[in-house]
Amino acid sequence: MKGTPLIFERSCPGREGFRLGDPGVPEVDLGATLGRDFLRSELDLPEVSEVDVVRHYTALARMNFGVDDGFYPLGSCTMKYNPKINEEVAALPGFANLHPYVPEELAQGILKLLYELQAYLAEITGMDFVTLQPAAGAHGELTGMLIIKKYLEDRGEKRTRVIVPDSAHGTNPATAKECGFEVVEVKSNPDGLVDVEKLKEAVDEKTAALMLTNPNTLGLFERRIREIAAVLHERGALLYYDGANLNAIMGRSRPGDMGFDVVHLNLHKTFSTPHGSGGPGSGPVGVKAFLRDYLPVPVVDEKDGRYFLNYRLPRSIGRVRAFYGNVGVAIKAYAYIRALGAKGLREASEMAVLNANYLKKLVEDLFVVPYRGPCMHEFVVSAKNWKQNYGVRAADIAKRLLDYGYHPPTMYFPLIVEEALMIEPTETESKETLDAFAQALLDIHEEARTRPELLKEAPLSLPVRRLDEVKAARDMKLKW
Amino acid sequence: MRYVPHTPGQVAEMLAFLGLSAVDELFAVIPEEVRFKGELSLPPALDEVELRRELEALAGANPGSGYVSFLGAGAYDHYVPAAVRALASRPEFLTAYTPYQPERSQGTLAAIFEYQTMIARLTGMDVVNASVYDGASALAEAVLMAFDLKRKKKVVVSGAVHPEYVETVKTYCYGVGGEVSLVPYTPGYETDWGAAEKAADGEAAALVVSVPNFFGVVEDVRRAQELAREKGLLLVVVANPISLALLKPPAAYGADLVVGEGQPLGNALSFGGPYLGFLGARAAYVRRMPGRLVGETVDALGRRAFVLTLQAREQHIRREKATSNICSNQAQNALLAAVYLAYLGPRGLRDVAYHSHTRARYFLTRIDEAGRGVRVLCRRIFNELVVEVEGLEEKYQQALERKILPGLKLERFFPAEKNRLLVAFTEKRTRGEIDALLEVLGVK
Repeated sequence: MKGTPLIFERSCPGREGFRLGDPGVPEVDLGATLGRDFLRSELDLPEVSEVDVVRHYTALARMNFGVDDGFYPLGSCTMKYNPKINEEVAALPGFANLHPYVPEELAQGILKLLYELQAYLAEITGMDFVTLQPAAGAHGELTGMLIIKKYLEDRGEKRTRVIVPDSAHGTNPATAKECGFEVVEVKSNPDGLVDVEKLKEAVDEKTAALMLTNPNTLGLFERRIREIAAVLHERGALLYYDGANLNAIMGRSRPGDMGFDVVHLNLHKTFSTPHGSGGPGSGPVGVKAFLRDYLPVPVVDEKDGRYFLNYRLPRSIGRVRAFYGNVGVAIKAYAYIRALGAKGLREASEMAVLNANYLKKLVEDLFVVPYRGPCMHEFVVSAKNWKQNYGVRAADIAKRLLDYGYHPPTMYFPLIVEEALMIEPTETESKETLDAFAQALLDIHEEARTRPELLKEAPLSLPVRRLDEVKAARDMKLKW
Repeated sequence: MRYVPHTPGQVAEMLAFLGLSAVDELFAVIPEEVRFKGELSLPPALDEVELRRELEALAGANPGSGYVSFLGAGAYDHYVPAAVRALASRPEFLTAYTPYQPERSQGTLAAIFEYQTMIARLTGMDVVNASVYDGASALAEAVLMAFDLKRKKKVVVSGAVHPEYVETVKTYCYGVGGEVSLVPYTPGYETDWGAAEKAADGEAAALVVSVPNFFGVVEDVRRAQELAREKGLLLVVVANPISLALLKPPAAYGADLVVGEGQPLGNALSFGGPYLGFLGARAAYVRRMPGRLVGETVDALGRRAFVLTLQAREQHIRREKATSNICSNQAQNALLAAVYLAYLGPRGLRDVAYHSHTRARYFLTRIDEAGRGVRVLCRRIFNELVVEVEGLEEKYQQALERKILPGLKLERFFPAEKNRLLVAFTEKRTRGEIDALLEVLGVK
């Protein structure tokens, strides 16, 4: 039966799209120049015209859903609006056509931009130095944790363990392992916060660091953060900040002032760069001054008004990628910060927190609220009452929301909440949108009560119905 | 600018609904000692007119972007067709999240499935993931994968692999306690296979070779294949995807893992990123692959559809037992690559590769015929080569004065390589531009 179309099925032998004319230089006998043993005999790619390509990818685009299409309250992902001007300026030929190895004197504009962005991010986070090299949040985590590893080794310490809360993002433990650490998980207390007493027991002379998100993945602010920092620092361990939730606190609180030694940010969350269906992101890392020499090289530096790539960091962990970072993403984040300024960034966080609390109050009676009290920029509810009462699960609610024209919240995360739905409206959504979304949940609740099969079959209005994920994993058909 | 829609009246209304009277109260939960007081020290907000002016000024202060460029070394100035950019920048792709809700993300999922298929065909590999950060991190991930598969922690890396890739591999190896054994290259800029054989002891998990290598040379892959087979190493090949329109797919000479930089496929130079790293493997290794994979399935009505699959390898499910900590892929860049490959097709891609090659050969031949003061140092090349230029520094400056970027001074990475220039060619360079470069270098 027909389903999602593929370009290969539009292929017609002999049809051509893009071709080049005469080379304009002498022709070459490839057998002679490259060696017959090294040449390939066939190349199987689609044979389509330009109009075929345009219609195919336009059709695929219509099967997608982005922030431009509608509300996207995906917790932990900060799906705020991506300003159009940022796309236009990042595509300016002066940036887009710039080769990374162009002499520095011919690239002073971009180096200045990157230098300033490093400084802005340091100011926003309360850190001393920032690198823009990491390509994404998890890449930033890897960078930050390698910095901690090398610093501790240089001090002659053998610290082998990294502590993560049970509410942490999966990247935290995965990163710790990739840096050669053993992972120790600490349970959250009944308020959804770090259990400081348990933490004290867990931290010892083998502890390298605690990786923490604040506000945490439940959308709650870790009020005892200074005390937590002291627990780590008194025992010679460091404190790592996962910046996934920075959108809650810009201009209101800074990780550097909380006592964090290393932070990573997600420019694609907090600083409005588009998620691109899964990337590219950008995961800058900020450190306190005592860790500066451990940053990956190069960092962008300035002397006497001239900007340059500084490779002279004696204790650097080395590179984490080629070139200097996802510069195209950095340009968009730079434009965002320049557009908003200090007041605008603070207002963004304020309205993000207002929206989350407003929406929480509108919908919380429909669910079980695992942790009481005001939230920050996002909140987590449990649909276990829906499961008990109507036999429908968090995933069913999510799929039904698709029929209502919304992207659903994050499901089943954090892992410590049963039937979790994690809702992050962001500041760019209006009161009207939040009211309508709350009404949709109310309507779906009524459907769950009266026609639960509707939720279990949802989505019903999209090009495809629910997918057989088990079959995909079993058949492993990963190419056409 | 502000991108928040609230009116002051609505803010008041929403606060009242919450039983609050001021925004400050929303932040009462933040303890006094970590509250930020005052205002962040940032430049004042700009309206869109000012913002554009400001960014245009910064873009304008990069004159190198407008020069005739013979720079390559891992990032190539290929032409990006208008249709490729127009399609890939559609907001339904650009502003979507990772396709975790597959029923509403079939566009992205189908495009990644096509990407996986086309890269698999180019490289000859059985499975290709949905992309990783860039070519260098793709290689680092492949090395970690090889460690895991072989249960050994040493890798033999050709010194003719991009030096920034080697540095990235070293950084990742530092994390897991792995060892990198770097093999020298010969005066002809090929891997020193004798030295590689010595380095490939019983501790080594894999051999890494780049084809073409950093210096542009198409390595004798038969030697790599033999060595890997004899010593029981996994063969990891770093490939330039455009070159694969002409060259044998690495699977044909025994590659177990193939990685590379996908930037040449429809992605802007953008001062080094964002790009995409591709990573392909033999089918047997699929469960040890890092990153996202898209697979085919059916929906409840039996219609074909696509979904992220084998997620039990990934960090959001497996946490510290995941195959990698990577979470995202470079979906937007992979989409550009997919549309590029689909649009160019077998003949268009071959045109691009062939035109690039003919230009490099023209340059090489002209130097051979007339060269005094300039010497070609490598021969079996694809689109890039090393030349020795007497008095390079002076000629380099003269080229810049004529708004030509003559290539990369090898000294940047290899201090002993004085007066050596790595020169790259794409289909965008004209005969006239190449003649101008030859003239500056003193080739008449």
